[in-house]
Amino acid sequence: MSELFYDAAPNATRVAPERPRPRTYPAKPAEVTLFGTCVMDLFFPEAGLDAIRLLEREGIRVHFPQEQSCCGQPAWTSGYVNEAREVARAQLNLLDNGLPVVVPSGSCAGMFRQHYREVFAEEPDTLERVEDLAERTFELTEFLLHVCKVDWQDLGQPTQIALHTSCSARREMNTHLHARELLGKLANVERLDHDHESECCGFGGTFSVRMPEVSGAMVLDKTRSLRESGAAEMVTADGGCLLNINGSLEKQKQTFRGRHLASFLWERVSGEVKS
Amino acid sequence: MSQRIPVKELTDSFRGRAVGALADDQLRTNFRVAMDSLMKKRADAFPDEEEREGLRELGNHIKARALSRVPDLLEQLETRLTANGVKVHWAETTEEANRIVHSIIEAKQGSQVVKGKSMVSEEMEMNDYLAERNIECLESDMGEYIVQLDGEKPSHIIMPAIHKNRFQVSRLFHDKLGVDETEDVNELIQIGRRTLRQKFLEADVGVSGVNFAIAETGTLLLVENEGNGRMSTTAPPVHIAVTGIEKVVENLRDVVPLLSLLTRSALGQPITTYVNMISGPRKADELDGPEEVHLVLLDNGRSGAFADAQLRQTLNCIRCGACMNHCPVYTRVGGHTYGEVYPGPIGKIITPHMVGLHKVPDHPSASSLCGACGEVCPVKIPIPEMLQRLRQENVKSPAEQPKVKDGGAKYSRKERAIWRFWASLNTSPVIYRLFLWGATRFGKLAPKNVGPWTENHSAPVPARRSLHDLAKAHLNQGDR
Repeated sequence: MSELFYDAAPNATRVAPERPRPRTYPAKPAEVTLFGTCVMDLFFPEAGLDAIRLLEREGIRVHFPQEQSCCGQPAWTSGYVNEAREVARAQLNLLDNGLPVVVPSGSCAGMFRQHYREVFAEEPDTLERVEDLAERTFELTEFLLHVCKVDWQDLGQPTQIALHTSCSARREMNTHLHARELLGKLANVERLDHDHESECCGFGGTFSVRMPEVSGAMVLDKTRSLRESGAAEMVTADGGCLLNINGSLEKQKQTFRGRHLASFLWERVSGEVKS
Repeated sequence: MSQRIPVKELTDSFRGRAVGALADDQLRTNFRVAMDSLMKKRADAFPDEEEREGLRELGNHIKARALSRVPDLLEQLETRLTANGVKVHWAETTEEANRIVHSIIEAKQGSQVVKGKSMVSEEMEMNDYLAERNIECLESDMGEYIVQLDGEKPSHIIMPAIHKNRFQVSRLFHDKLGVDETEDVNELIQIGRRTLRQKFLEADVGVSGVNFAIAETGTLLLVENEGNGRMSTTAPPVHIAVTGIEKVVENLRDVVPLLSLLTRSALGQPITTYVNMISGPRKADELDGPEEVHLVLLDNGRSGAFADAQLRQTLNCIRCGACMNHCPVYTRVGGHTYGEVYPGPIGKIITPHMVGLHKVPDHPSASSLCGACGEVCPVKIPIPEMLQRLRQENVKSPAEQPKVKDGGAKYSRKERAIWRFWASLNTSPVIYRLFLWGATRFGKLAPKNVGPWTENHSAPVPARRSLHDLAKAHLNQGDR
């Protein structure tokens, strides 16, 4: 039987990586780069702008490199490694200037912080730059909470909201905890729990078109539990989930909607109410 | 739920079976209720996060260490078992394993087999193989008994009949056993128990699985809650254990944390009602136990997974089922949708090694990569990472030599071309911005039906200005 394992020796068996230690955060920087993400670029640009406004409000100069596009996640999760790597490399080169990178989407931030390591696993030289980028990458809510240490006055009317957190943001970036804490700073906002809150909304990038029936069943359940939470609206820090959830609600002809957390936060702290 | 895809054409595919399952409200309720309860049980069994995470880490290290030495450990296991009087057999394929089992039964002129729960025997389709040779093979685990009675396959690796509720079981018993219908679960169990008791006494051979095969002592450890495992392995004169080669662990000390992880992750139990430790046949001065004990060690594609350092982590699995209990896809489509022995996330990553990706081409893509499975896996198999890797192997062209059995099942020139185009768009800033410009100005002209997306969503309408545009205007600082 052991001849089955003839090539076993060169393959050292993998051990799970050590549990990440709680992240230590730097002091508030003077400048950051905003990585807007392709979904926000095309579908929720206002939310991206609100993210910029929130950062500027904290006295930070925001750069938005016009050469940015996509983090590479769609190709990566579809198994097209070479295509993902090409796109990832373009972003890596672009962001290679030492500035903190703020991303208003947990899954894209997770791509930078977790998956670029796998994308460039076979390029030791690139990996150093990947680690550097990972160290500098912050999801927006995390950045506002722990780096800017925001102290907000809530200028909005009392409201109740539901918070949806994307799975990758939850499991790779702890975004749900950051967003909860941020929302907790708003005196007039009550966050309501919803049924199966930690369950996936069914988006999963190309999963939503490869397995539309299963994905559709998931988003139907998610939108139902969001509506039944009693909240006036849903907020989320992830463009993909937002596209999925709002698209489904519109198809169902529901009036309930979600919006990006950045827009919600900007409205509360600036007092500007957009139509 | 959309029923527009031609179900007939797709009944042999994951997607086609999923459509059927999603339309079955009873099935969906059964799974949702059961999975919710199992998730709660697991959470309650691990009240201390630090302890849970430490234990998972330990479990991962034990399995990784065992796997790195698996050829040696298997040899040691064979030596120790042989010294204990257990006959060890090796099978590379399920066909070989079935032949071995059959020949043992034939040598005893046996005609009745009683089986404790064993997923490896399901892998072998042992019941069918033996039935074709006029040997009755009866399942003695209550869940397995129920699915066998209904001519079905298990829908969950530790709760085979979880897709049925008590009313459905009551009707089944009424139809097949001629007993009165009853909604009392205890009464239903007593009905099954009475039938099985007699069979334990009559059986010529008992078959079981193995949870951990301990190399140092030559011990086969088997957990169960119904006592049927103990009956199957002790009452008949011959006991045949069948298991996969990845179940071997170094020593008894390693078993303690693994056992705790297994029972708590599976059913939230601190320990199972029965923990059987089998180290050999009846000795001369003993009054009971089988006269012969055999162990069949099955490969069936496991060595293929083993050969790849990344995919090897799949073999850490201790078969607790927590990944399926927490999977939003499994919860909605149930175990039968997977069409193979192992359903759920672990099924998606282990089945390709057993049957090849051509037979289960949709397995790697039937996941939103939400990561719930990896988060609860007691031995820390990075299941989403495995799925992503299998997707890579699945889209490779033959020239790229996929590294998984029958890889390249989803290779498509057209799709590759689309991703090539996507990559060039996203690596050429000028073209990308031109694309944004076009999409935002003419987005409203986009078709209202964009394939599968619009089955569940309204058509996505791009904003009137891209973030690139808005940011540029806002920051008023040109290209930076």
